[in-house]
Amino acid sequence: MNKLKIRHRLAKDKLMLWSICLLAALTAVPLLAILGEVLLRGYDQLSWSFFTEPTPTAYKVTKAIEAGEPIPGGIANGIVGTMIMLGMAVMVAVPLGILCGAFLAENGKNRFAQFVSYLTDLLQGTPSVIIGIITYIWVVVPMKGYSAIAGSVALCIMMLPLIIRSTEETLKILPASLKEAGLALGGNNARVMMKVQLPAAFGGIFTGVLLAVSRVIGETAPLMFTALGCSFVRFAVDKPISAVPLLIWEFFNDPNLQELIWGASLFLLLFVLTLNLLSKYLAKKWNQ
Amino acid sequence: MNDKLYRIILFVAALAMPIVCGGVVYALVTDAYDAFEHFGFLNFITSSEWSYTEGAEQYGALPFITGTLMTTMLALLFCIPFSLPVALFVGEYFKGTKIASVLSTVTDLLAGIPSIIYGLWGFYTLRPIIMALNISPQGSGVLTASLVLAIMIVPYAASLSAEFIKMVPNDLKEGAYSLGATRAEVVRKVIFPVAGSGIFSSYVLAIGRALGETMTVTMLIGNTNNIPDSITSTGNSMASIIANQFGEADDLRLSSLIAIGLILFLITALINMVGKIMIKHARIA
Repeated sequence: MNKLKIRHRLAKDKLMLWSICLLAALTAVPLLAILGEVLLRGYDQLSWSFFTEPTPTAYKVTKAIEAGEPIPGGIANGIVGTMIMLGMAVMVAVPLGILCGAFLAENGKNRFAQFVSYLTDLLQGTPSVIIGIITYIWVVVPMKGYSAIAGSVALCIMMLPLIIRSTEETLKILPASLKEAGLALGGNNARVMMKVQLPAAFGGIFTGVLLAVSRVIGETAPLMFTALGCSFVRFAVDKPISAVPLLIWEFFNDPNLQELIWGASLFLLLFVLTLNLLSKYLAKKWNQ
Repeated sequence: MNDKLYRIILFVAALAMPIVCGGVVYALVTDAYDAFEHFGFLNFITSSEWSYTEGAEQYGALPFITGTLMTTMLALLFCIPFSLPVALFVGEYFKGTKIASVLSTVTDLLAGIPSIIYGLWGFYTLRPIIMALNISPQGSGVLTASLVLAIMIVPYAASLSAEFIKMVPNDLKEGAYSLGATRAEVVRKVIFPVAGSGIFSSYVLAIGRALGETMTVTMLIGNTNNIPDSITSTGNSMASIIANQFGEADDLRLSSLIAIGLILFLITALINMVGKIMIKHARIA
């Protein structure tokens, strides 16, 4: 009787182990399925012209379809737009985020800092579509039009909390003796921050910025009501502009352009996943 | 640079957060005011009418609130049987091994995939499967959206739960082993009771993620402005109605959409706050 009970318990233990392994392994399936589908359907679209030409016009598309040729054109307008908006967003979000993170690390215990810290969490949890609405109200309405500036404001707001958090956390885990040694040598707080703490925290902050970039680069919803989209390569910052995820959304909605979806998705996916892996690798390397 | 100036610069930079967040609330409230004034707050969130015939405009948020709650809850339901094993795998069974770090890299990458690509995958791969299985004729709907949503929130729930599972003190587990407990029993009788509140809070935060997810749901839910009457029928979530109609809306409809945005913002803020407070308590305990 007792033996039977023990056997029963051991069997249950084994069953638990195997079901955990099985279910955990199943989690990898969607990643492989998504990567596989995008790769298989997208790889033959990637060519030099795919990156140098803008989205084809409706006329060119119908002509190509009539002639039975592959659809011409590419996503150059999206790549340029993404780079411009991302560049502007990074230029504001990185310095502001680092200063804000430094503030939180230096004043962690006071009331105002805790309030700021709470707001950072709040902003980080805010759905991206709401960031889009806000930027529409703040920037698009006063400027009387969609623009690259509006798009970059939306991306900047989304990046800020991520950069603040990574800066704060990296500065907090630096050994206190580092700061004390700097102060003992006669540096004031500002000098120690600039010459000792920030350089020591560079690795953590840099990976935080990389992660923030990879998080916002695929964002579609906040750009739909701010950058809007544009079918040619444009460098003006006060006019509507395109972005890679916006193009994917356009291709998805236009039955004629559906062939282009997978090339654009493959490009975006590889870019984002590479940034992700790179930041993970760098974090590991700098931690040693 | 002297210390005073340095402190002032940091303080001014930190002011950015209250300004941005205050601006978010202020802009949402002022622009949503029209809709609330016209329909009344209670009427707006309990009416299921969404029609924009001129002169007889009628907007209510109930179908979208229902859609959001249905997709989120279903996604949570589908997510638990996968995220919990992943958390146990990484945090207990294979803690610190190479294979655990491979699995956590996989989940990290899942978290990194842009939502529009999840939407494409759901539309071109999952939707045909749903149609082939005869679950629903049009393939898109609440069920399809929740399935993909579940995959998207697995990484968030799993990585945070794994952290709490890792923190369970060894002496507690060893005590149970020395009494003859099997590993499964240790998980059930020691790890779950000790790490339970932490694991629970990680699911609360995962709900916060799922509530506001926009593109995936927009591409998969079917975009009809009715209350979904079953899990296979089509509908719209709060985020997806905004994504669908914001660009073409003006006046009262725009204000109504912003009002929906305000409600969504408040719900996610509340859920996130509850989650964070619970995590704090779980860490201290």
